[in-house]
Amino acid sequence: MEAAVFILSLVDCCALIFLAVYFVITLSDLECDYINARACCSKLNRWVVPELVGQALATVLMLVSLHWFVFLLNLPVATWNMYRVWKVPMGNMGVFDPTEIHNRGQLKSHMKESMIKLGFHLLCFFIYLYSMILALIND
Amino acid sequence: MYIAFPGSYAESLVNQIINWQCCPRSLYSPVNCPNFPPQPSAGPAQLSPSLSGLSLQSQTPEALRVVNLLQERNLLPLGPVTPPTPCLPQDLQKINCHPEVFRSTLTSIPQTQSLLNKAKLPLGLLLHPFKDLSQLPVVTSSTIVRCRSCRTYINPFVTFLDQRRWKCNLCYRVNDVPEEFMYNPVSRSYGEPHKRPEVQNATLEFIAPSEYMLRPPQPAVYLIVLDVSHNAVETGYLDVVCQSLLENINALPGDSRTKIGFITFDSTIHFYNLQEGLSQPQMLIVSDIEDIFLPTPDSLLVNLNECKELVQDLLRSLPQMFGKTMETQCALGPALQAAFKLLSATGGRVSVFQTQLPSLGVGALKSREDPNQRASAKDIQHLSPATDFYKKLALDCSGQQVAVDLFLLSSQYCDLASLGCISRYSAGSVYYYPSYHQQHNPAGVECFQKDLKRYLTRKIGFEAVMRIRCSKGLSIHTFHGNFFVRSTDLLSLPNVNPDAGFAVQMSIEENLVDMQSVSFQAALLYTSSKGERRIRVHTMCLPVVNSLSDIFAGADVQAITCLLASMAVDRSVTASLSDARDAMTNASIDSLTSFRTSVLTIQQPGLLAPACLRLFPLYILALLKQKAFRTGTSTRLDDRVFAMCQLKYQPLAYVMLMIHPALYRVDDLTDEGALNVSERTIPQPRVQQLSVEKLSRDGAFLMDAGSVIYLWIGRNCNPNFLTQVLGLPNYAAVPLNMNMLPELDTAESQRTRVFVGWLREQRPFFPILHVIRDESPLKASFLQNMIEDRTESALSYYEFLLHIQQQVSK
Repeated sequence: MEAAVFILSLVDCCALIFLAVYFVITLSDLECDYINARACCSKLNRWVVPELVGQALATVLMLVSLHWFVFLLNLPVATWNMYRVWKVPMGNMGVFDPTEIHNRGQLKSHMKESMIKLGFHLLCFFIYLYSMILALIND
Repeated sequence: MYIAFPGSYAESLVNQIINWQCCPRSLYSPVNCPNFPPQPSAGPAQLSPSLSGLSLQSQTPEALRVVNLLQERNLLPLGPVTPPTPCLPQDLQKINCHPEVFRSTLTSIPQTQSLLNKAKLPLGLLLHPFKDLSQLPVVTSSTIVRCRSCRTYINPFVTFLDQRRWKCNLCYRVNDVPEEFMYNPVSRSYGEPHKRPEVQNATLEFIAPSEYMLRPPQPAVYLIVLDVSHNAVETGYLDVVCQSLLENINALPGDSRTKIGFITFDSTIHFYNLQEGLSQPQMLIVSDIEDIFLPTPDSLLVNLNECKELVQDLLRSLPQMFGKTMETQCALGPALQAAFKLLSATGGRVSVFQTQLPSLGVGALKSREDPNQRASAKDIQHLSPATDFYKKLALDCSGQQVAVDLFLLSSQYCDLASLGCISRYSAGSVYYYPSYHQQHNPAGVECFQKDLKRYLTRKIGFEAVMRIRCSKGLSIHTFHGNFFVRSTDLLSLPNVNPDAGFAVQMSIEENLVDMQSVSFQAALLYTSSKGERRIRVHTMCLPVVNSLSDIFAGADVQAITCLLASMAVDRSVTASLSDARDAMTNASIDSLTSFRTSVLTIQQPGLLAPACLRLFPLYILALLKQKAFRTGTSTRLDDRVFAMCQLKYQPLAYVMLMIHPALYRVDDLTDEGALNVSERTIPQPRVQQLSVEKLSRDGAFLMDAGSVIYLWIGRNCNPNFLTQVLGLPNYAAVPLNMNMLPELDTAESQRTRVFVGWLREQRPFFPILHVIRDESPLKASFLQNMIEDRTESALSYYEFLLHIQQQVSK
């Protein structure tokens, strides 16, 4: 049971890592002029809600299986994701808006955010891996 | 090889340039500067040509002269405020880009970002790249010399290492001079590449070869989209538009390939088949607005020259066609989609005339304004768009080189915050005529007519892109203006017009050590209306300094104010209006605090400012009382949003007039100190402070607020003025809505008319003249421009200064 939970979270975390890497690559493509703002933003906006769902799933899994520390670790990121989507003004085309992305250093702040999430997911990955192995051994 | 642009507007531009109190520039001022009385204004920091280093001379230059704002009352210069001259060696400054085209908020660039942060002044550039110029060198050359790595165009500020190599002033790479460049066709000499026009002019235009085209240059394509609902026909705008088009149909910029088309809409979309050979225009109605399609594949957009009679027939019959309409709905969204479909193959310009809130189909908007909140002293809501439909459509249009210009002629709320997006991101322009009606508002009708004439006949560039490059170490982080930022420094402008201004904010990424000066280049690649691909290049060079006092000495207060206004508009939309207001007040407090703590050696009581920034608190107060940012006074939401659009879109000169109108006393105009321009003597009255204290009952005052001119007549006005200039026997005979000065034969009338005409010539739009007396309905708007006075909801200038002083001394 424990092991199953952790295996699921591990897979979820892998997916989130790949997604974070995809975000970083797309944003740096935009910075280096390989794609234009509109293409970049439509690509990224597609994956905002799946990322939110994936992170929420991991958080809920930890809550349901009563692993409080890991739950509390995941909670800020999940709430931040939800806040980010909720805070989008009505006139904007999603979290990544092509008309605003080059203003006020938004490109840099999005890049930083994605890098931080990547680091966080890597950390979580090792936590889940370790816990999964522990759970499998104890079974 | 040199082409000059004639025209009375361009001519008057030369006249205006004469007024700049700068070093004489051989390119722009063929006439000597007039004998101005010495002004205590922000004059050029006097620097001997031999000093090209980082610090100024030991004596305080004029720009840093300390002014106690609480004590000195007369801060305004006698004439227009002149921009500061950068402290470059005179031979470089002589060829530097003209400040009307390219201007920086700080004419001495700080060496490091921390130094810039200490000065607490914004660093940015304000550009007017497509301005109508009277003298523009045009170069047709088989090779356009550019730097190999950063692709900068060769400019007057590069260094030639020897005859064959040149060093780029933006990335410092050494390039080779191509063989063709060694020959100078102007002087027919060989071996002097630095004498070529590309290296002698900071502003010039290249004819671009085919490598600069993604597709063959497009023809001029114009599409007129008209609202013909009952409300629209009521206002009578259709007559004016059709009449104006008929009059100007031969003056539309273009060549033999020019195309034109029309769409009208109410609750359905109407297309017009103008195929050559038809006896009269054929109207095709598409009522399925959920899924717009084009009824015929061609002949909706026709060649203007071939089908001119049909087009003229259509324009004559349009007003009558819809004279009895009873349709009240308005399907703007589908009409715009239809327009986009029609133009997406070629690109071009769409002119949309709208008179009410779009109520049908995709993009329908609801009325969001709450009339009770107009005079709210706290936050104003609904400044951002309600839907992303118009933004998305604008981006689609931008991708297909279609620009949409919006004319809003409405008396009710139209949600300009959402509708404006269609122009903002497709590089179009927004025109707003509140309460337009042909009978109730004849002054508005005249304004619309003149604006329409300018709009139809002005120069236009199609499928344009602009790139702004800076020296290594500087980078651009925010853009202001109507365009779409396609990638880091590439602005996509489907249409570029001579009345658009742009601004950018910069930051210093790497410390600018070992650099005496930095350069900026704006390159605008466009297709002219005659189908020629051209590149207009402007280059500006500014010195680098490493002391705070030098930074303050080079501060350009008008540019700083305009950039702050654009930043405040952004902040109002993304955060809140009160945030933006606080940020503006803090800008003046912080910069004056920084001056006091870091630059001033002797601490004196009072509010001390350098002479170059003495007008800064006044301009900030003017911004706080501007329609865009004011609270506590009833302001319609559309008016406010339009003021915000204008603050971001207009070039600097007109924004400054909008923010701080110029007040002159005109009942005693004399020829003393007058300008002599093309055999006319233009009186130059002194600019007064904007306070009712300066108005006197026995005088007449003229206020130039950019888009409108007020002529206020005092109750005991000199009867001489009334009879000689206005042609009226006494004050009681002044009508409530007089808009014209009669052409009387007297000297006073001549002088006044020449003065007003001169003011009007200096701008491309037509400001209406309103004559105001005590009971005039416009008296309130006239008095609202009296910035230095106290009102129920805002501080007077003196109180504002006291508030700032309190914060600075903390």
